[in-house]
Amino acid sequence: MTEALPVAGANPNVNLAGLSKNDYRGAPSTLCQGCGHNSISNQIVTALYEMNIVPEDVVKFSGIGCSSKSPTYFLNRSFGFNSLHGRMPSIATGALFGDQHLKGIGVSGDGDSASIGMGQFKHIMRRNVNLVYIVENNGVYGLTKGQFSATADKGLKLKKQGENIYMPVDICMEALVSNATFVARSFAGNPKQVKELLKAALSHDGIAVLDIISPCVTFNNQVNAYHSYTWGKDHEEPLQEISYIAPRNEIMLENEMAEGEVREVTLHDGSTVILKNLEKGYDVTSRFEALRVMEEAQQNNWMLTGLLYVDTSKPNLTTTHNLVDSPLNRLTEADLRPAPDALDRVNALMF
Amino acid sequence: MNKIINEFSITVGTVNGSGSSTANNTILRAIFKMGIPVSGKNLFPSNIQGLPTWYTIRANKDGFIAHNEQRDIVIAMNPNSFARDLASVTPGGAFFYADDIKQPITRTDVAIYPMPVKTIVRNDANVPSDFRDHVANMVYVGVLAQMIDMDMDKIYAALDFHFKKKQKPIDMNFNVVKAGAEWAKANLVKKDAFYLEHMNKTDGLIMADGNMAGALGAIFGGVQFVGWYPITPATSLAESLNDYLPQLRKRDDGKHTYAVVQAEDELAALGMSIGAGWSGLRSMTSTSGPGLSLMTEFAGLAYYAEVPVVIWDVQRIGPSTGLPTRTSQGDLTFTYFIGHGDSQSVVLLPGDVYECFEFGWKSFDIAERIQTPVFVLSDLDMGMNQWISKPFAYPDTPMDRGKVLLEKDLEELKGIWGRYLDKDSDGIGYRTFPGNKHPMSSYFTRGTGHDEYAKYTEEADVYLKNMDRLKKKNETAKKYVPAPVLHPVKGATVGIIAFGSTEAAILEAQAQLIKNHGVKADFLRIRAIPFTKEVDAFLKKYDQVFIVEMNRDGQMAQILMTEYPQYAPNFKTVAYGDGMPASAKWVREGILAKYEAKKAASVSKKAAPAKKAVAKKTPAKKSSAKKVIKKAATGKTVKKTSRK
Repeated sequence: MTEALPVAGANPNVNLAGLSKNDYRGAPSTLCQGCGHNSISNQIVTALYEMNIVPEDVVKFSGIGCSSKSPTYFLNRSFGFNSLHGRMPSIATGALFGDQHLKGIGVSGDGDSASIGMGQFKHIMRRNVNLVYIVENNGVYGLTKGQFSATADKGLKLKKQGENIYMPVDICMEALVSNATFVARSFAGNPKQVKELLKAALSHDGIAVLDIISPCVTFNNQVNAYHSYTWGKDHEEPLQEISYIAPRNEIMLENEMAEGEVREVTLHDGSTVILKNLEKGYDVTSRFEALRVMEEAQQNNWMLTGLLYVDTSKPNLTTTHNLVDSPLNRLTEADLRPAPDALDRVNALMF
Repeated sequence: MNKIINEFSITVGTVNGSGSSTANNTILRAIFKMGIPVSGKNLFPSNIQGLPTWYTIRANKDGFIAHNEQRDIVIAMNPNSFARDLASVTPGGAFFYADDIKQPITRTDVAIYPMPVKTIVRNDANVPSDFRDHVANMVYVGVLAQMIDMDMDKIYAALDFHFKKKQKPIDMNFNVVKAGAEWAKANLVKKDAFYLEHMNKTDGLIMADGNMAGALGAIFGGVQFVGWYPITPATSLAESLNDYLPQLRKRDDGKHTYAVVQAEDELAALGMSIGAGWSGLRSMTSTSGPGLSLMTEFAGLAYYAEVPVVIWDVQRIGPSTGLPTRTSQGDLTFTYFIGHGDSQSVVLLPGDVYECFEFGWKSFDIAERIQTPVFVLSDLDMGMNQWISKPFAYPDTPMDRGKVLLEKDLEELKGIWGRYLDKDSDGIGYRTFPGNKHPMSSYFTRGTGHDEYAKYTEEADVYLKNMDRLKKKNETAKKYVPAPVLHPVKGATVGIIAFGSTEAAILEAQAQLIKNHGVKADFLRIRAIPFTKEVDAFLKKYDQVFIVEMNRDGQMAQILMTEYPQYAPNFKTVAYGDGMPASAKWVREGILAKYEAKKAASVSKKAAPAKKAVAKKTPAKKSSAKKVIKKAATGKTVKKTSRK
């Protein structure tokens, strides 16, 4: 399962990029003890370490909220931008034009993405920005102390708020109908799956939405609430067992492939996600199927987790814009300012 | 009848969406090519088709081509505005109208010229029936050309330009022009005094609109990212970028050194632009007032997070529906103080299309140097109308990318640096941007709560120190923003301050004030906030300073009062915004209404004791001017048709 093949004589404490796990860590978390978000931050660190991704090749983004604070708590060596409430997508969209070879990791929450930022959330999907878009989804506003979010279930009761009378927004469905090219759901209480999905998302060249149910231990961790550890543990229905295989380890594929009901999806960098279907015949490349299983899960009160949909055929945003090979932010005056004779031609055009 | 040569205005009243802009631009361009100073203003409603719209053209041999209220020649093509158009003609003027409009001619003091527009078009076998409406407006071009001696070769040249040398439409339109002219020659008797004659006053000049100029300037400034959202009157700025970037930044490999993204709204437009600016790109957006309102939170973030980005605000009137297609200078204080908490933004104020181009590139240098959002405030009149201009000038300085640390710089520093450290005591730190591979290159960006090394903190003293440093950047900016332009007159006793597109009207008013009223005023056109030392020096000189602007509350005056309270008692606000471009008349009357002759006379004596005081003013005229302004302030219609 771990992709980094040991190399003879190599320092066992460093990965193939020559970095230790410490090189991927961030500042100590100031979130609550037991917060699902911390667990996700840890999996981000591990996933990147195991994938040998250099932190300088990653840019972190977030909006506002508890979840949006978390990029401070991983990848100190990566650039980060903690932007405005609900506006992380636009900042990330512009910033990733600076150097199209960089990978974005955006961390948002259900308030940040499904309420104030719903417009930007949906539009970044249709633009296929090269960003892993993590929604740390707990159904509640934590930083303002426990109001309902747009993903809170109808009928949810919170201490100061009473009962939620509105229908919830489903992050994955919204992403899917907005033409996202990678949609997955996971549960912070299932770190192995979170990590495997993170790895697959990082290898996806385009927008990759990870809706991770991440219980709020302070304001919404009731036994009967959808966004709680207890409920999640009892009701999680994994769609498939998922393994991520790094591109350099293709040799390992043979064995895994031998099992029945296995689907593999080759991602842009040549890596592969191996999906062992738990439900017969589920096709992760079918939007129709994805919507169907989500609808079914809602009706049966399941927390359906796993890779719901992936489309590796669409170019990402910067590719669509046909940019020069060099990062745009390394271009110089010679590349950017037209020559004086060009202005003569312009002036001649001005009647 | 004495001929009036190269000194009159033409107003064309048409139905919006009837394709009259080709005809009107043809007249404008032909007069321009005849060497006569000319301007054209499109006074259009917020509507695609159906409402009345007017286009005014002013030719003036002395170069006074600001908008004016005079309607010497009126061409009426719209039955719905016919009566109003006829009533508006200046006595002694000329009235051309499409003769299918059967309405009473109520004037005997103007020359009346019916034009058989429909007959002429129908008789032209080369005009397909579905094109008749399109080319009908060319009839009045032809009739007018014949009656005022407009050069047919220049009309052809204008059409040749307009249709990009496509022979079929050129011929179709020009034939109708010719038919109109021939009909007029055979059937009309000249009864008015207006004539055009060739001059050489536009030699070497160009004609362009401010939005296109701003876009071209941005391209020569090396723009790399544009996030935008459609809004009148700013849309054509982004569209011009889309038009010209592929041509001017063409590469052999066909790849792009830029990206233009139409966002889902103005929030995202500025958000993307800030992201790109943060990431090291020359980044911009263009919008108008309502869009800027939506951008406010982001603008404040960019100020505090110190992200270079250029924001064009092509000003117009008001939120929502109403007068969105009318010009204004109403966003000045909003822009200067934009964002919550304390903020003072750098605001550039181009005065014409030449400066739209210049500030188009210069704004990037300033934004990257100061590491802050830079606002460029244009307006609808400057942005969307055609203006005569000197040819655009190639940037005279290399690009200033500001304080940036790349890998080699960080190696020299052994990785020790602080994003918000005021190393050079100018308030500006050094920045890095994503893609830098040095392990110490990164930093974490947020709004306010950070120390000099970009680490999170909520400590009071650290916050205060940071705020003081941000303030210091404002001082530093004064070294980089464009200085004001002074238009002095000999023996001036009072000062005029203005900004933006009102310059032409003020220069005309300045001349009229001397000639007809003996009022001598120096005129300083401010081109940027923060104010540079020249502004202080100018204010110091006069005990009457008229601050002229197109808004209700006198926003420039408000900012000047805040920055220079010591001079505030001398300020006289001449603020008026009805959506029309500034005219010399309202500038002049506004100044005269507040002008204190005695005060000026004493200044004049002090300044030149040997000479006679010249500044005199008859009380009667002063009070009438006052009345006009008062009327304007109470919302009643100001009579615009009277001559001077």
